Amino acid sequence: MPSINFDNYQTEEFYDEMFDGGGHPRAGAKALIDCINGLPGDALLNRQKAIERALLQMGITFTVYGDKAGTEKIFPFDLVPRIVQAFEWRHIEAGLKQRIAALNAFLSDIYGEQRIVRDGVIPQDLLAKAKSFRPQCVGLKPPNGIWCHITGTDLVRHSDGGIYVLEDNLRCPSGVSYVLQNRLVMKRSFPEVFADSRVMPVVNYPSKLFETLASVCPNENPDPNVVVLTPGIYNSAYYEHSFLAQQMGISLVQGEDLVVENDKVYMYTTYGLEQVDVIYRRVDDDFIDPRCFREDSMLGVPGLMDAYRAGNVALANAPGTGVADDKVIYAYVPDMIRYYTSDEPVLPNVPTYICERDDDREYVLEHLEELVVKAANEAGGYGMLIGPASTPAEREEFARRILDDPRNYIAQPTLSLSRVPTIVDDHFEGRHVDLRPYILCGADDSWVLPGGLTRVALRKGSLVVNSSQGGGSKDTWVIADQELAEDDVAL
Amino acid sequence: MLSRVANSIYWMTRYVERAESLARFVDVTLNVALDQPGDVEAQWQPLVLATGDEKQFFERYSSYTPDNVLRFLTFDRDYDGSIITSLSIARENARTVREVISSEAWEVLNEFYLMLKRASTKLGIADEIEFFNQVKRYGHLLDGVLQSTMTRDLGWWFAHMGRYLERADKTSRIIDVKYFTLLPSPTDVDTTLDDLVWSAVLRSVDAFEMYRKRYHSLTLSRIVSFMVLDAEFPRSVHFCVREVGKALRKITPANAGESYAISLVQEIESQLTGATASGIINNGVHEFIDSMQQDFNRLGASINESFFARRKLSTAEQ
Repeated sequence: MPSINFDNYQTEEFYDEMFDGGGHPRAGAKALIDCINGLPGDALLNRQKAIERALLQMGITFTVYGDKAGTEKIFPFDLVPRIVQAFEWRHIEAGLKQRIAALNAFLSDIYGEQRIVRDGVIPQDLLAKAKSFRPQCVGLKPPNGIWCHITGTDLVRHSDGGIYVLEDNLRCPSGVSYVLQNRLVMKRSFPEVFADSRVMPVVNYPSKLFETLASVCPNENPDPNVVVLTPGIYNSAYYEHSFLAQQMGISLVQGEDLVVENDKVYMYTTYGLEQVDVIYRRVDDDFIDPRCFREDSMLGVPGLMDAYRAGNVALANAPGTGVADDKVIYAYVPDMIRYYTSDEPVLPNVPTYICERDDDREYVLEHLEELVVKAANEAGGYGMLIGPASTPAEREEFARRILDDPRNYIAQPTLSLSRVPTIVDDHFEGRHVDLRPYILCGADDSWVLPGGLTRVALRKGSLVVNSSQGGGSKDTWVIADQELAEDDVAL
Repeated sequence: MLSRVANSIYWMTRYVERAESLARFVDVTLNVALDQPGDVEAQWQPLVLATGDEKQFFERYSSYTPDNVLRFLTFDRDYDGSIITSLSIARENARTVREVISSEAWEVLNEFYLMLKRASTKLGIADEIEFFNQVKRYGHLLDGVLQSTMTRDLGWWFAHMGRYLERADKTSRIIDVKYFTLLPSPTDVDTTLDDLVWSAVLRSVDAFEMYRKRYHSLTLSRIVSFMVLDAEFPRSVHFCVREVGKALRKITPANAGESYAISLVQEIESQLTGATASGIINNGVHEFIDSMQQDFNRLGASINESFFARRKLSTAEQ
């Protein structure tokens, strides 16, 4: 069997993350390309199969909703990594830190004085109509003014070579466990390349996460009781919840394990009740406290919000952060950055048409065939129209929806996402990718995990990378230069 | 440790042990059947009777053929006591406590389950003996991995307690069932027994070689003495109860005061220390084991009450 190599790989008209327009390896990719080109016979396919077996054996799976008996699947993994060069990573890192600082300031502001509305930067009725704005959170003052402790921002690269922010994901972004496990299996598969490539490590994420959580402990406890709150075993991200708790060495709790007495949160232990100081909650706002939010929630803890307001427990992320995930509010983030930091945004948004604006709406309705239309409060690739791939009937349907409720829709040009070589049967083909880096924001500083989750649309030509829609993942290698390497040592 | 987590770990090992014991049960019958051709159904019926689930059996099967009994006890997912059901419950429990047990232990249990799942789609007679050996081997492997990867913290002791309580229960049950089927009359108690049959029983709990070292020839009172009363053989009822007691003392907080569970386990231990094989046989093996099993049930209930039940702050802070 002939070996898989890059000899006949075509970048076509797309931006390729591994090869430049002339077909030459980009900086940092050469060691890997040489290694793969040098593998005999079907060695590469064997490594790919070994990785898939390892993932299944480790039980690194997600649950498919709507499937009988909650079938577990492995999140498909492709062993060709996405490579990010040091200079580019510094740019991304600076942009993300700036963005999170502005978003935290925004959340403090809108649940407080609402200066940004009074100053006319964000329209009053935009907030009033944001479904995810939580009136219950008005007046909350989270410790250190931090609302978003953990963020997973989705970035894409367009054919112009620029990196754009696609979404912010401020509620309970998932996927970081795949980053860590992907790295683990990659190290087993390509030890020789790791030695030569100076790939920035990701292994310290759990300790950084723990430090971040412990730093917002609301009391003087020198050894804070930090827990992860999960909706339970049937949640599609349960594996990640348990993985993070295990790696941090802390308890993984469900709503039924917690009880609030005298505005303090306790967990039921074999020795009775034990107070909880910080909750990394992976349960949505709607479900965390049936007394405050949805009454029918079985996942939450009655009275949790009272304990939070009383300052007896920290919640990460704070309740109410979802408002900034509203896709219309997203469109205003560059303005927020200018407003709160007086700087220009380092990372631009994807250009966005706001359907509530008359001019924008008119343009969107005339150009549906070229645009991607998204509902303001949907995630996971649901509730969207991809213009170039749509049928006339679908476009008609979306035109009707936009006219019915213009506030609820935005549109963006269809981006030509960059590609990374991916194994397809017995050869490489380019497949479109995005990148989700993870930003931790604690009492003292913020930190960005070098790399992040590269999601890949495995279907030919597809732009949808979500795991629920046929996406897979890749390892992400940030290649250190001298400067990054020194920063890393300083950690 | 969270009550829910302690509960899950305890039941995780109990269910693994349950699956493993059932495999041993079936395995011994297979071996005996191979050595003793004759009324086949008479050999397989007691397996189902021992579970007490004849009614469920007859909902789906018409007679005690080896195939039916094997399928029912091994791969029937609709039967809540089958090997595959027990193991999938153990695995679900492990999944809810993955952050507490070691990754290595989780991986073995996961593999164990995947092996069963694969086998459930293709069991032929040629595979069976190897299959049940594999179940036992995975049980040993998991035991060993837990032993060598887990810190001796609360989680470990709950796992230990679950395993040994289940084992005590199952060893006593296998004797009970086999005693009924194999013993022709009480006067045979001290005569040398049919090697084939009783050696198969001993083998089913991996006791044959250890027994031989100790006693050489097979007599009923020695077998009872070895499987029930021996303090050093790791599957004997006495040994298992002692391990449960050890775990309970580790788990119970020093300031907890009088513990009903501990006094109960002490009582069972002293019964076993004081008993003799001939005494047990004279008063009835079945009666002895029956009362022992009731004690195990009480012990299980009091463990549940002491560690897994929810207690309010008012009682916790007093």
